[in-house]
Amino acid sequence: MSYFRAENLSLHFGGLKAVDSVSFAVEKGEILSIIGPNGAGKSSIFNLISRIYPPTSGKIYFEDQDITGQPSYEIAGLGIARTFQNIELFENATMLSNLLVGRHRHSTTQLWQELLFLPSVRANEKAHRRRVEQVIEFLDLEVYRDKLISGLPYGVRKVIELARALCSEPKLILLDEPSSGLNVEETDDMSFWIRDMKTELGITVLMVEHDMTLVNRVSDRVIALNYGRVLAMGSPAEVQRHPDVIAAYLGA
Amino acid sequence: MRFLFKTDYEDDIRLFPHSGYFVSYGVLLALLVIAPFVLSSYIVSQLVFVCIYATVGVGLMILTGFTGQASLGHAAFLAIGAYTAAYLQQFDVPFPVYFLAAGLLTGLVGALVGFPALRLQGIYLVIATISFAFIVEEVLARWESVTHGNEGMRVKTMSLFGTMVPRDGPVFYFLCLSVLILTIVGTLNLLRSPTGRAFVAIRDSETAARSMGINVSLYKVKSFAISAGITGLAGVLFAHKLSFISPEMFTLQLSIEFIIVILIGGTFSLHGAVLGAIFLVMIDPFLTYLKDDMPGVIAGLAATFGAGKATADGIQSSVAAFASANGLKGAIYGVIIVLFVLFEPLGLYGRWLKIKLFFQLFPLYKRATFKRQKIYVKSERNR
Repeated sequence: MSYFRAENLSLHFGGLKAVDSVSFAVEKGEILSIIGPNGAGKSSIFNLISRIYPPTSGKIYFEDQDITGQPSYEIAGLGIARTFQNIELFENATMLSNLLVGRHRHSTTQLWQELLFLPSVRANEKAHRRRVEQVIEFLDLEVYRDKLISGLPYGVRKVIELARALCSEPKLILLDEPSSGLNVEETDDMSFWIRDMKTELGITVLMVEHDMTLVNRVSDRVIALNYGRVLAMGSPAEVQRHPDVIAAYLGA
Repeated sequence: MRFLFKTDYEDDIRLFPHSGYFVSYGVLLALLVIAPFVLSSYIVSQLVFVCIYATVGVGLMILTGFTGQASLGHAAFLAIGAYTAAYLQQFDVPFPVYFLAAGLLTGLVGALVGFPALRLQGIYLVIATISFAFIVEEVLARWESVTHGNEGMRVKTMSLFGTMVPRDGPVFYFLCLSVLILTIVGTLNLLRSPTGRAFVAIRDSETAARSMGINVSLYKVKSFAISAGITGLAGVLFAHKLSFISPEMFTLQLSIEFIIVILIGGTFSLHGAVLGAIFLVMIDPFLTYLKDDMPGVIAGLAATFGAGKATADGIQSSVAAFASANGLKGAIYGVIIVLFVLFEPLGLYGRWLKIKLFFQLFPLYKRATFKRQKIYVKSERNR
């Protein structure tokens, strides 16, 4: 049994088949990249996994449990965190409070305890803060701790979104185009962090990415999609040599 | 300018970040404590209204300012609190019991309103809450066996642990003040714990909140319940202060007044609720001044500048007619809201922060510091 599995996953918008019976599996501890031209259905697969859309048909399994019918907040509770292609941070808050929201699935305190701010709440807050600081250190974000998100540059926000996902201590992380909008150095950093996430934190990574340098550098396996269907699956080199993939990209 | 050197995570958790806060809030508290003994009973009575309005403001701030759910139905919650108190009082229920009962009942009603509101956003939510307020108003007018309908209900003088608490005495003032302070402290506690962060997360991006494991529906209902509950508590004090309640007191205009409280004060901070309440309570004396003194003053001015007696009298009567025109209050509210939304969207507290920053950074303050910037990268809103 695989760690994470999608079976015949489909998402139809009327006649448009955004995702057309896609099946794939992610093994524990691997980095799997999904590539494909624009509109191939990559982000839609992510939105299906995190239940922003309900799938038209198909099943999703995580740790041998059927999670297809779970509401979206439960998905995060199971340990599947995600980032967004177009950054969805809480703009009017500091980076620190953004990251603390990432800790939400680990909060155990009750409303009445919070109203009185009992010692247990205080202790919990400090524990959350300690975990958040570890992530801040991991991603070199110390200087931005008390800065408002609305005043930060795009590249930094991208990293902060990754940090927020990491704060929830996920088992599986979904990265939607982690390098989009980043410059060359930032993309380099990103590739190191993705590797470190796998080796140091033991997180399984599923990512959608356009930058083939990044894909080649970090991925264990690659899936190529086009028109909502799987074209090829395998090591980065294999997939790039696959005639269907070349045809999809170059139109040959 | 003060620089804070943080050495402990506690530094980011505590309510007063540095000793300066103790001094300023200590002085404020001391002034508020001696207020009823030095100020006239009229001003103390106005202060009581400030406390009540500010309490409602804090409640509404939780819902609108922090969770991002607009409500024009808070007059109804206030009414439910007030009527619960008046009703239970008939059976000699002691004050602490019916005070809490009113809060709980209103909170429950708030949660019930929250459920249908889950599917609504923006203007539709506003319409839904207005409808709710109308329903409550109508129920209060028709359910005569409980509410005495349009005759209204008399609210007896509060008796607290066997002693009478007259509505214009200092004890009642202290009671309202402590309710306000406790509400503010409770809300601040909430805001620095997971629930408060979840509220703010929902306000800023529901999609992101959901993908971080926040049960958006549950927290919206919680926000409605807490907000309504606080308003219900304020309703009990409101009923006691007025000593008589009837359905036509809890109209749409009252709900709009609450919106003014948070809008004028500034929707991003609890300071705003208090500042807004002060502002709102000051409108009434201003209107009285407008009615009583303005016509005479203007006519006097006109006379000084050479207008004849007849003209001056004409001016006096027309100004008086204007000042006592029906609906002037509503018009003034409208103008105030429009002006604030246009020129000071951050409200009075935002203005205060700007003034503070100006002096902290003097002479380096830039006018663009608070300029709002728009960023168009929110294509994945999925709304």
